[in-house]
Amino acid sequence: MSLLELKNVYKIYGELHALDDVNFKVEKGEWVSIMGPSGSGKSTMMNIIGCMDKPTKGEVLLDGVDIAKESKKNLTTIRRDKIGLIFQQFHLVNYLTAVENVMLAQYYHSIPDEKEALEALERVGLADRAKHLPSQLSGGEQQRVCVARALINYPEIILADEPTGNLDEANEEIVVDLFNKLHKDGTTLIVVTHDPEVAEVAQRKIVLRSGRIAKEVVNENFTGKIRFTD
Amino acid sequence: MKKRRMFIKMILASLMRRRSRMVVALLSIAIGATILSGLISIYYDVPRQMGAEFRNYGANMIFTASGAEFTLDDVNEGRAVIDESKIVGVAPFRYENVRINEKPVVAAGTDPDGVKKTSPYWRITGNALEKNGQLLVGANIADTFRLKEGQMIDVSYTPEGMEQVDENGDRAVIEDNIKSFTVAGILDTGGKEEDYVYMTLADMAELSGTQGRIDAAELSISATADELSDYADKINSTVGSVHASLVKRVTASEATVLTKLQALVLLVTIVVLALTMICVATTMTAVVAERRKEIGLRKAIGASDSSIIKEFMGESMLLGLFGGLIGAVLGFVFAQEVSINVFSSPISFRPLLLPITVLVSIIVTGLSSLMPIRSATDVDPALVLKGE
Ligand SMILES: Nc1ncnc2c1ncn2[C@@H]1O[C@H](COP(=O)(O)OP(=O)(O)OP(=O)(O)O)[C@@H](O)[C@H]1O
Ligand SMILES: [Mg+2]
Repeated sequence: MSLLELKNVYKIYGELHALDDVNFKVEKGEWVSIMGPSGSGKSTMMNIIGCMDKPTKGEVLLDGVDIAKESKKNLTTIRRDKIGLIFQQFHLVNYLTAVENVMLAQYYHSIPDEKEALEALERVGLADRAKHLPSQLSGGEQQRVCVARALINYPEIILADEPTGNLDEANEEIVVDLFNKLHKDGTTLIVVTHDPEVAEVAQRKIVLRSGRIAKEVVNENFTGKIRFTD
Repeated sequence: MKKRRMFIKMILASLMRRRSRMVVALLSIAIGATILSGLISIYYDVPRQMGAEFRNYGANMIFTASGAEFTLDDVNEGRAVIDESKIVGVAPFRYENVRINEKPVVAAGTDPDGVKKTSPYWRITGNALEKNGQLLVGANIADTFRLKEGQMIDVSYTPEGMEQVDENGDRAVIEDNIKSFTVAGILDTGGKEEDYVYMTLADMAELSGTQGRIDAAELSISATADELSDYADKINSTVGSVHASLVKRVTASEATVLTKLQALVLLVTIVVLALTMICVATTMTAVVAERRKEIGLRKAIGASDSSIIKEFMGESMLLGLFGGLIGAVLGFVFAQEVSINVFSSPISFRPLLLPITVLVSIIVTGLSSLMPIRSATDVDPALVLKGE
């Protein structure tokens, strides 16, 4: 059984089919990237997989459970227990320090543990920035805090929507390296990106167009390392 | 336990690190709490203050003899029934007909200290009655006899029942008692007092040649109308020689003014409370709107509706706590100012008002935050996170 399976998933806003009969599977431990032009439904799909939104039609099986049929309350629990989220806008609570932001995820999940949170920050190379507020961190550093927060509860899937959209190449590489580490640890990764170089790193690439899967490419020589082409 | 520490840390951080925002909310709560605790202070202090104020309008209880005779001892026996701390002053009076320049005048013997307390409204040109040998003259009498402060005057008294007829059928010449007085001052009240002359009880005894008997005693008591009538009933039933009656005009108007004033204070308190609630609700609505993104984020990383409510409630109640503390202190200062300006006497501090103000402030803040905070749970994490 796949970890995640979308069966005939639709998301319809009035006339607009943001997702139009999407079918796709992700196996446990897989690293998948999703590309596609703006408005093609990438974020819509991520929100549905991330238990923040429900499809208009279709089944979304996560660990064999159809999350399309779960109540809002159960979705919160599933999201908390199984999913780590990373966003383009490095969403952090602006009045909490880096380590407190990481602990926040622990707080909602189980119990906050500062030592563990500091270890997570160390993994993303920010041990010395733990007591900084988001406003005192660079964009790249903020995104790494988000990565630390996403991985703190050992989620089954990490969903990243444009994680490198606002980063320069150096930071992009750091984040991709972090993904590679997570991948090696067995975490399933789904990464939405506009950046072909980031997309190429993944084991599999899916291209959306007008809410449909237009193309699917398997990366034959997967290394987990980003290759810049300039 | 660790979870609670994180919770407290979080809401404290939210208040402390977003200071400029929270200052507005805190201010409205503090102002509300200030006015609230101030008005409650005044509300409870007004009867006392008003009582003191009304004591300026004179006696509110009168003792008279229930039988034929009545002495200072009887007055003291009646006085003992009343809580001593509530007695502002007692003035005994003994009235006799005397003559000045052969014209009849009513003289009153009294206790100079007592009368100062029971009749503080007396306007005196010159000096008040202080000691034996002095005469306080009513304005009308002063006019009639052209009396001035410092002048000497003879007062004569014809002893009663002393008229004797001798064996020849001639009337014995009865000697008048005559005594010289210095005019201490001229009394101006606009009332019947202007037709009297006042002297000490001792002088009156000397002049009349008889001692002990008095006609009435005026009492100024700082008590409510109900307490006063209770005292009067008790005196009338337990002290046989004394008949106590209330000066209705004073006690009744005191009660009406008091009721009206307290109703006004209560009304203002309710209005202020309502305004504070509206203000807090508006501020919290703004705070929730401003933090939609944060709420969405918290939800995205796994916060349930109830934990969102708990966090915002925690913040608003903490605000209520701080606002209440500030308000309790400022409220006392406010009440003190009002009291000194209006009643020119300080207010009594009520320690219980501190926890009450803080508690009410927390409850009011919590209640008015209820609606805005409920709306926080409507935030859809997907939409909030999608937006830039
Ligand atoms: N709440 C909504 N109501 C109506 N239309 C919506 C809503 N959310 C998304 N859409 C529409 O659905 C389509 C897909 O949106 P989505 O955000 O998934 O695009 P995307 O692929 O993530 O684009 P981008 O690369 O710009 O982030 C868009 O046309 C968008 O306007
Ligand atoms: Mg998008």
